[in-house]
Amino acid sequence: MGTFHQGKSELHGITVVVDTTGPEVFVGRCDDEDDRGIVLDDVDVFRDGEGGRSKAEYLERAARFGTWKKHDRLLIPRERVASVRRLGEI
Amino acid sequence: MPYSPMLVKPMREELTSAGVEELLTAADVDAFMSQKSGTALLVVNSVCGCAAGMARPGVRLALQHDRRPDRVVSVFAGQDLEATARARSYIPDIPPSSPSIAFFKDGELVHFTPRHRIEGRDAHALANDLVAVFNEFCAVPATA
Repeated sequence: MGTFHQGKSELHGITVVVDTTGPEVFVGRCDDEDDRGIVLDDVDVFRDGEGGRSKAEYLERAARFGTWKKHDRLLIPRERVASVRRLGEI
Repeated sequence: MPYSPMLVKPMREELTSAGVEELLTAADVDAFMSQKSGTALLVVNSVCGCAAGMARPGVRLALQHDRRPDRVVSVFAGQDLEATARARSYIPDIPPSSPSIAFFKDGELVHFTPRHRIEGRDAHALANDLVAVFNEFCAVPATA
Protein backbone atom coordinates (compact mmCIF):
# COMPACT_ATOMS: atom_id res chain seq x y z
CA MET A 1 0.00 0.00 0.00
CA GLY A 2 1.10 3.57 -0.44
CA THR A 3 -0.05 7.04 -1.23
CA PHE A 4 -0.93 8.04 -4.74
CA HIS A 5 -1.20 11.36 -6.50
CA GLN A 6 -4.00 12.13 -8.90
CA GLY A 7 -4.04 14.54 -11.80
CA LYS A 8 -0.32 14.70 -12.41
CA SER A 9 1.73 13.75 -15.45
CA GLU A 10 2.66 10.11 -15.95
CA LEU A 11 6.20 10.93 -14.87
CA HIS A 12 5.04 12.25 -11.50
CA GLY A 13 7.24 10.82 -8.76
CA ILE A 14 9.77 9.43 -11.22
CA THR A 15 13.41 10.53 -11.16
CA VAL A 16 14.18 11.91 -14.59
CA VAL A 17 17.08 13.32 -16.55
CA VAL A 18 16.22 16.56 -18.32
CA ASP A 19 18.88 17.35 -20.88
CA THR A 20 18.86 20.84 -22.28
CA THR A 21 19.80 22.52 -25.49
CA GLY A 22 22.71 24.09 -23.58
CA PRO A 23 25.48 22.73 -21.35
CA GLU A 24 23.21 21.90 -18.39
CA VAL A 25 21.59 18.65 -17.53
CA PHE A 26 19.11 18.37 -14.66
CA VAL A 27 18.27 15.30 -12.57
CA GLY A 28 15.30 15.40 -10.23
CA ARG A 29 12.01 13.89 -9.27
CA CYS A 30 9.33 14.96 -11.73
CA ASP A 31 6.40 16.67 -10.11
CA ASP A 32 4.52 17.67 -13.24
CA GLU A 33 4.94 18.88 -16.77
CA ASP A 34 2.86 21.06 -19.05
CA ASP A 35 3.21 23.52 -21.91
CA ARG A 36 5.39 25.79 -19.78
CA GLY A 37 7.95 23.15 -18.95
CA ILE A 38 8.77 20.44 -16.47
CA VAL A 39 8.78 20.91 -12.70
CA LEU A 40 11.36 18.91 -10.76
CA ASP A 41 11.80 18.41 -7.01
CA ASP A 42 15.11 17.69 -5.25
CA VAL A 43 17.11 18.72 -8.29
CA ASP A 44 20.78 18.38 -9.14
CA VAL A 45 22.21 20.36 -12.04
CA PHE A 46 25.43 19.59 -13.86
CA ARG A 47 27.21 21.67 -16.48
CA ASP A 48 29.10 19.81 -19.18
CA GLY A 49 32.80 19.83 -18.31
CA GLU A 50 32.24 20.60 -14.61
CA GLY A 51 34.94 18.94 -12.51
CA GLY A 52 36.51 17.63 -15.71
CA ARG A 53 33.55 15.36 -16.42
CA SER A 54 31.26 15.12 -19.40
CA LYS A 55 27.48 14.91 -19.16
CA ALA A 56 27.75 11.19 -19.95
CA GLU A 57 30.23 10.58 -17.13
CA TYR A 58 28.08 12.53 -14.69
CA LEU A 59 24.99 10.56 -15.70
CA GLU A 60 26.80 7.23 -15.41
CA ARG A 61 27.48 7.86 -11.72
CA ALA A 62 24.04 9.38 -11.16
CA ALA A 63 22.47 6.22 -12.57
CA ARG A 64 24.42 4.02 -10.15
CA PHE A 65 24.00 5.93 -6.92
CA GLY A 66 21.68 8.89 -7.40
CA THR A 67 22.39 12.57 -7.06
CA TRP A 68 22.88 15.22 -4.38
CA LYS A 69 20.19 17.84 -4.63
CA LYS A 70 21.15 21.47 -5.20
CA HIS A 71 17.63 22.85 -5.48
CA ASP A 72 14.39 21.93 -3.74
CA ARG A 73 12.27 22.74 -6.80
CA LEU A 74 12.86 24.04 -10.31
CA LEU A 75 10.81 24.76 -13.41
CA ILE A 76 12.78 24.02 -16.56
CA PRO A 77 11.20 25.99 -19.40
CA ARG A 78 9.95 23.91 -22.31
CA GLU A 79 12.10 25.76 -24.84
CA ARG A 80 15.25 24.68 -23.00
CA VAL A 81 14.32 20.99 -22.84
CA ALA A 82 16.07 18.77 -25.36
CA SER A 83 15.01 15.43 -23.88
CA VAL A 84 13.42 13.84 -20.83
CA ARG A 85 14.15 10.25 -19.81
CA ARG A 86 14.01 8.15 -16.69
CA LEU A 87 17.25 7.96 -14.74
CA GLY A 88 16.42 4.32 -14.00
CA GLU A 89 16.66 3.53 -17.71
CA ILE A 90 20.25 4.71 -18.07
CA MET B 1 6.83 16.88 8.96
CA PRO B 2 6.11 13.22 9.67
CA TYR B 3 2.84 11.67 8.54
CA SER B 4 0.31 10.40 11.01
CA PRO B 5 1.51 7.23 12.76
CA MET B 6 -1.83 5.64 11.85
CA LEU B 7 -1.18 6.24 8.15
CA VAL B 8 2.26 4.68 8.18
CA LYS B 9 1.47 1.77 10.50
CA PRO B 10 0.47 -0.56 7.64
CA MET B 11 3.58 0.46 5.73
CA ARG B 12 5.72 -0.51 8.69
CA GLU B 13 3.82 -3.76 9.16
CA GLU B 14 4.20 -4.69 5.51
CA LEU B 15 7.88 -5.19 6.27
CA THR B 16 7.83 -6.26 9.91
CA SER B 17 5.35 -9.02 9.10
CA ALA B 18 7.98 -10.42 6.74
CA GLY B 19 10.55 -10.54 9.51
CA VAL B 20 12.15 -7.14 8.99
CA GLU B 21 13.34 -5.54 12.22
CA GLU B 22 12.61 -1.83 12.52
CA LEU B 23 15.38 0.44 13.75
CA LEU B 24 13.65 3.32 15.49
CA THR B 25 16.53 5.21 17.07
CA ALA B 26 20.11 6.16 16.31
CA ALA B 27 21.19 3.75 19.02
CA ASP B 28 19.33 0.95 17.24
CA VAL B 29 21.20 1.79 14.04
CA ASP B 30 24.56 1.92 15.80
CA ALA B 31 23.92 -1.47 17.37
CA PHE B 32 22.98 -2.92 13.99
CA MET B 33 26.02 -1.47 12.24
CA SER B 34 28.38 -2.57 14.99
CA GLN B 35 27.70 -6.19 14.05
CA LYS B 36 30.10 -6.52 11.16
CA SER B 37 30.11 -10.19 10.35
CA GLY B 38 27.74 -11.77 7.86
CA THR B 39 25.25 -10.22 5.50
CA ALA B 40 22.68 -7.55 6.21
CA LEU B 41 19.97 -5.75 4.28
CA LEU B 42 18.89 -2.25 5.25
CA VAL B 43 15.65 -0.97 3.73
CA VAL B 44 14.96 2.75 3.82
CA ASN B 45 11.18 2.66 3.91
CA SER B 46 9.10 5.63 2.81
CA VAL B 47 5.53 6.78 2.39
CA CYS B 48 5.33 7.76 -1.27
CA GLY B 49 3.48 5.15 -3.27
CA CYS B 50 5.25 6.11 -6.47
CA ALA B 51 8.21 3.94 -5.45
CA ALA B 52 7.77 2.60 -1.94
CA GLY B 53 4.51 0.95 -2.96
CA MET B 54 6.65 -1.45 -5.01
CA ALA B 55 9.71 -1.52 -2.75
CA ARG B 56 7.99 -3.21 0.18
CA PRO B 57 6.37 -6.06 -1.79
CA GLY B 58 9.62 -6.49 -3.68
CA VAL B 59 11.54 -6.92 -0.45
CA ARG B 60 8.90 -9.32 0.87
CA LEU B 61 9.15 -11.45 -2.27
CA ALA B 62 12.93 -11.50 -2.19
CA LEU B 63 12.96 -12.62 1.43
CA GLN B 64 11.11 -15.79 0.41
CA HIS B 65 14.23 -16.90 -1.45
CA ASP B 66 16.23 -19.71 0.15
CA ARG B 67 19.36 -17.61 0.31
CA ARG B 68 18.74 -14.46 2.31
CA PRO B 69 20.70 -12.02 4.43
CA ASP B 70 21.58 -12.90 8.01
CA ARG B 71 19.88 -9.74 9.21
CA VAL B 72 17.18 -7.57 7.63
CA VAL B 73 16.29 -4.18 9.07
CA SER B 74 14.54 -0.98 8.08
CA VAL B 75 14.43 2.67 8.95
CA PHE B 76 11.49 4.87 7.97
CA ALA B 77 12.47 8.06 6.12
CA GLY B 78 10.37 11.06 7.02
CA GLN B 79 9.14 9.29 10.14
CA ASP B 80 12.01 8.04 12.24
CA LEU B 81 14.23 10.98 11.40
CA GLU B 82 17.06 10.30 13.83
CA ALA B 83 17.39 6.65 12.87
CA THR B 84 17.29 7.44 9.16
CA ALA B 85 19.93 10.16 9.46
CA ARG B 86 22.18 7.84 11.43
CA ALA B 87 21.75 5.03 8.92
CA ARG B 88 22.68 7.39 6.08
CA SER B 89 25.73 8.53 8.01
CA TYR B 90 27.18 5.03 7.56
CA ILE B 91 27.08 5.39 3.76
CA PRO B 92 28.16 9.02 3.41
CA ASP B 93 29.19 8.79 -0.25
CA ILE B 94 25.72 7.69 -1.31
CA PRO B 95 23.17 10.43 -1.97
CA PRO B 96 20.11 10.01 0.25
CA SER B 97 17.03 8.58 -1.41
CA SER B 98 13.94 6.86 -0.20
CA PRO B 99 12.90 4.22 -0.62
CA SER B 100 16.28 2.64 -1.12
CA ILE B 101 17.98 -0.61 -0.17
CA ALA B 102 21.53 -1.15 1.04
CA PHE B 103 23.22 -4.52 1.27
CA PHE B 104 26.23 -5.04 3.53
CA LYS B 105 28.69 -7.91 3.71
CA ASP B 106 30.93 -8.02 6.76
CA GLY B 107 30.05 -4.41 7.47
CA GLU B 108 30.88 -3.10 4.00
CA LEU B 109 28.34 -1.76 1.54
CA VAL B 110 28.47 -4.05 -1.49
CA HIS B 111 25.23 -3.16 -3.25
CA PHE B 112 22.86 -0.23 -3.25
CA THR B 113 19.48 0.17 -4.89
CA PRO B 114 18.55 3.85 -5.07
CA ARG B 115 14.99 5.06 -5.44
CA HIS B 116 15.24 5.55 -9.19
CA ARG B 117 16.00 1.83 -9.63
CA ILE B 118 12.68 1.06 -7.93
CA GLU B 119 10.40 3.64 -9.53
CA GLY B 120 8.09 2.39 -12.22
CA ARG B 121 9.07 -1.26 -11.79
CA ASP B 122 6.98 -4.03 -10.35
CA ALA B 123 7.67 -5.99 -7.19
CA HIS B 124 8.87 -9.07 -9.07
CA ALA B 125 11.49 -7.09 -11.00
CA LEU B 126 12.86 -5.58 -7.81
CA ALA B 127 12.75 -8.95 -6.06
CA ASN B 128 14.72 -10.50 -8.91
CA ASP B 129 17.42 -7.85 -8.52
CA LEU B 130 17.63 -8.50 -4.79
CA VAL B 131 17.70 -12.25 -5.23
CA ALA B 132 20.65 -11.86 -7.58
CA VAL B 133 22.47 -9.98 -4.81
CA PHE B 134 21.48 -12.64 -2.26
CA ASN B 135 22.79 -15.37 -4.56
CA GLU B 136 26.09 -13.58 -4.90
CA PHE B 137 26.71 -12.76 -1.27
CA CYS B 138 24.52 -14.92 1.02
CA ALA B 139 25.41 -18.39 2.18
CA VAL B 140 23.54 -21.43 0.99
CA PRO B 141 21.24 -22.51 3.82
CA ALA B 142 22.32 -25.63 5.66
CA THR B 143 20.27 -28.72 4.96
CA ALA B 144 19.05 -31.06 7.69
